[in-house]
Amino acid sequence: MPDTILVVAEQREGKLNRVSWETVTAGQALASQTGWTLEAAVVGSGISGIASEVASRKAAKVYAVESPKLEPYTPDAFAFALKQLIESKQPKLVLMPHTYQVRDFVPKLATAMGRTVISDCVGYKKEGDKLVFTRQMFQGKLAADVSFGCEPPWFVTFQNGAFRGDKVETGAAAARVETVNVEIGDGVIRNRPQEVFKEAKQAVDLTQAEIIVSVGRGIKEQKNIELARQLAEALGGEIAASRPICDSGWLPMDRQIGSSGQTVAPKLYLALGISGAIQHIVGMKGARTIIAVNKDSEAPIFEIADYAVVGNLFDIVPPLIEEVRKAKATG
Amino acid sequence: MKQSGRHNSWLLWVALVAAILTRSYRENELKILVCMKQVPQKDAPLKLNETANWIREDVSYEVNEPDAYALEEALRQKEKHGGEVAVITSGPARAQQVLREALAKGADRAIHLEDSAFVGLDALSTARVFAAAIKGEQFDLIFTGLQSDDFGFAQTGVILAELLGWPHATIIMQIEKTETGIRVKRELEAGYFQYVDMPLPAVLTIQSGINKLRYATLIGIKQAKNKPLRKVALAEVQPAISGNLQKIERLYVPQKTKNTEFLEGSAGEVAKKLVDKLRNEARVI
Repeated sequence: MPDTILVVAEQREGKLNRVSWETVTAGQALASQTGWTLEAAVVGSGISGIASEVASRKAAKVYAVESPKLEPYTPDAFAFALKQLIESKQPKLVLMPHTYQVRDFVPKLATAMGRTVISDCVGYKKEGDKLVFTRQMFQGKLAADVSFGCEPPWFVTFQNGAFRGDKVETGAAAARVETVNVEIGDGVIRNRPQEVFKEAKQAVDLTQAEIIVSVGRGIKEQKNIELARQLAEALGGEIAASRPICDSGWLPMDRQIGSSGQTVAPKLYLALGISGAIQHIVGMKGARTIIAVNKDSEAPIFEIADYAVVGNLFDIVPPLIEEVRKAKATG
Repeated sequence: MKQSGRHNSWLLWVALVAAILTRSYRENELKILVCMKQVPQKDAPLKLNETANWIREDVSYEVNEPDAYALEEALRQKEKHGGEVAVITSGPARAQQVLREALAKGADRAIHLEDSAFVGLDALSTARVFAAAIKGEQFDLIFTGLQSDDFGFAQTGVILAELLGWPHATIIMQIEKTETGIRVKRELEAGYFQYVDMPLPAVLTIQSGINKLRYATLIGIKQAKNKPLRKVALAEVQPAISGNLQKIERLYVPQKTKNTEFLEGSAGEVAKKLVDKLRNEARVI
């Protein structure tokens, strides 16, 4: 039997989490480099539709791991169900996106199986027959190549934006979907979760935004955020901020980008007056194009910017808004 | 005679009621353990060691920020419900600083797994030695920060829960005691939250910003000197671990992969150049 890679795609409340495509891309890349077979799994209740969606991409097989007790999500149920699946199918490598939900159960799952998780990876390398996984340490200041010192299954989670979800390959034909029904006995699930809710009235999922205009301390005052808002509007994008702006209450917490906020990988990230502290950079470095405007030529943000403007954002942004509006009007 | 008899039985009733109240107060109490880690200071310049698989330890250290929030939360729960807060850390002698600060802030006792060897343990081994060090204790809650600023694994708390056979919840922003245990507020991505009811005992990983950190008072610092600090040697907990299941092959400064293009000129000129990039390179116009 060939070795397999199992990508556990994430669904929440009946919808596939878009970040799962990034993990499938990673799985496809690893499969082509190692020659191992790629399979995927979706875990939940009534998720055959999502399993079919995943099966439209290039993979050998997709498991729909079903039980009514898998909805709502609990770490007890998910760890139980996946342990059963993994013991049965024996993949060599298990990949997941490093979401809050995965963080909540995958260390439990690995420990229950006497294994370990290399988490929040940004890439991998194949060194001869050995796979090493690259992850950031010390808030991104250093990178580490980490290898497994135990038998498979090997658990790896990938950071948002480490791979390109839009690069996922489609299969020639849909992969086969196999339903795996799991019996979860009484007493397994100990947590009783309530409904998921949004606190902010206009909460937005910035991970879905293609264009983001983000502000940092350089915006100086709350009223100046209006300038950034106008630019975002002109571009058809969303507004976001680094942590200090949200801590001050100038923008709601769901607009925060960074290690304790959201991690995004939009087509365009426009950073205004953001210095580029590591906690912020880890949340946006995956953006396709990064443009940074900052007065300080030494600002760390310029290390990862594609296009850099060393200057006063209050001088640059107004004419920029004009030019964008003009360009969009002429089409 | 009659009067003193009534006085005695009145005293008995008072004693009985006091005993009942004290017992139910004690049942409300929470014994909390906070797992804390000492990490290099956020702006410390880091240098690789000779074998490039770890950093040179001649840097300044501080408490891992999420752990400071975890401690603060534990102290607040104790202030509300009564009980006890114990803190634990693993690491060389320098790690004791984190414990002393915690005791100064109001923790009751500390456990120090003291050995430099603890620094190199992965999350599974760390959780195992913690579990071994607290064997026989009867905690109601164990807190950890949601992740450490150095490794950033976000695993130790969840692994510890699995090893202990306890329920857990992660990235917690609020904790309330209930009839059946606790109700916690879990932070999800994109502004979403979720309340979860859980039985005790349980492990929780705590999110930064759950509360506002207190400063240690001078009195607190003084009192800390007399609080119990139990040292646990590596040999005591060694049977619990059997080698890391993952290995750092190498540590390095990440390569700069970007060729940054600096756009120059007057504000108007730069604006035009930017739009050109937005249209032709970023392709968002």
